[in-house]
Amino acid sequence: MPGAISPALAQVAGAATPPLDVSLRINGTEHRLSLDPRTTLLDALREHLHLTGSKKGCGLGQCGACTVFMDGMRVKACLSLAALAQGRDIKTIEGLAQGDELHPLQTAFIERDAFQCGYCTSGQIMAGVACISEGHAGSPQEIREWMSGNLCRCGAYDHIVAAIQDAAAVSGSTQGG
Amino acid sequence: MHPLVLERPRDLSAALSFGAQAGRNDAPVEYIAGGTDMVQLLQEYVRRPDRLVSLAGILDDGIEIGPQGLRLGAAATMAEVAAHQAVVEQFPLISQALLNSASPQVRNQATMGGNLLQRTRCPYFRDIGYEACNKRAPGSGCAALDGENRWHAVLGTSDDCIAVHPSDLAVALVALDASVELRGTGGDRSVPLSDLHRLPRDTPHLEAVLEPGEVITAITVPATTAGLRSHYLKVRDRASFEFAVVSAAVAIETDGARIRQARVALGGVGTKPWRLPNVETALAGADFEPAVLRQAAALAAEGTRGRGHNDFKIELMQRAIVRAVEIAGARR
Repeated sequence: MPGAISPALAQVAGAATPPLDVSLRINGTEHRLSLDPRTTLLDALREHLHLTGSKKGCGLGQCGACTVFMDGMRVKACLSLAALAQGRDIKTIEGLAQGDELHPLQTAFIERDAFQCGYCTSGQIMAGVACISEGHAGSPQEIREWMSGNLCRCGAYDHIVAAIQDAAAVSGSTQGG
Repeated sequence: MHPLVLERPRDLSAALSFGAQAGRNDAPVEYIAGGTDMVQLLQEYVRRPDRLVSLAGILDDGIEIGPQGLRLGAAATMAEVAAHQAVVEQFPLISQALLNSASPQVRNQATMGGNLLQRTRCPYFRDIGYEACNKRAPGSGCAALDGENRWHAVLGTSDDCIAVHPSDLAVALVALDASVELRGTGGDRSVPLSDLHRLPRDTPHLEAVLEPGEVITAITVPATTAGLRSHYLKVRDRASFEFAVVSAAVAIETDGARIRQARVALGGVGTKPWRLPNVETALAGADFEPAVLRQAAALAAEGTRGRGHNDFKIELMQRAIVRAVEIAGARR
């Protein structure tokens, strides 16, 4: 069957590999972890640090639900090995709001009803914040092109584009990177 | 993911000493840089190295332009190169090819060296549920020959592999006579990009000419190709975030209303980035009359072999060349 992993292979995959000491700086806080070298940044965030805002959709870099910032740039956490993110400054959706004050794009997502099931939302918001701060939110067409790394299976795209336009209009306060 | 040891060497010479093998699919020790393609392939068990050697933070990521031309450090990201002012102004073909590749997130992660060495999108290669793939498992056969081969190559194919090389960047760079600088434990060497990738022949698992330990340290583009009128035309199934069905990289020098010299390369149709010297020769001295351009582009069909579902590419790639030459010619 296409896509099936044989039981023998799955067993090998479960075998132990020597753990690595990894230090990760997440939302301004340093975390020391002992990780299997195969651990992705996304799994380190979710399974080891219980920062479950970043979602795992495809695990292959296609859907964008795991979008986080690394040194201020948006990246896919599922395509980064955690051990290789050491020394980088990582920001997740949990680090976006200032205390109880939501980021303008978070507010815009609520006002524009820019989600249905919500699974892609944290990735959309992180990518959207980057889209604005990069200067790629000048028109609906430009937003669509520069948000192409984030899929929404509920099809909330029109409202997502509108929310990004709203937040871009209050720029200055939207330099979230 | 197969169990592996991850090495994080302090400098490049330490990294080279592990003897990692880039550009072949049966290597027990491999490099990882940006990781955007490698992690996918590891997650899918397509590649199963015992040891990964990280190049993070130890490869040149500079972008320099000088009298010799353009030099892109191997660790420069796709996003950095695409947005670099000198690249945009003097080598817009490169910027255009990059901005038509992948997604913004991936372009922030993926590096120049890794982009050139990324693996094919052939679904039979990327899904270990299919037993037959000579590229992944030498000698196992090719499921694409009589399978779903709409996305596959029509140039440079063999009876063992018809997988397309997926890089847009490489197509633009081949058109601009780029070279890659390699470093190994034995020293440095420079290889024309057109010689970096191997044709599949009967060893499709060997994809590049790198020796054990060798890494790409930089890409160089000669100053003679700076400032040309150019266009990267990418035909794909979706408007964005999709690999090419067919792409054409064109750069031309004009003399009044005539083409003095043309550079033409194709993506989406070859087992490696595909330069078309016969089309270039036919375009030299031509005007922009559609019939003349079509006649020159028809030479791209020489040596093609379709496998059924992908037969349409042979016509489509000729039309893509004509369109790209017309757009390039209309640029100021």
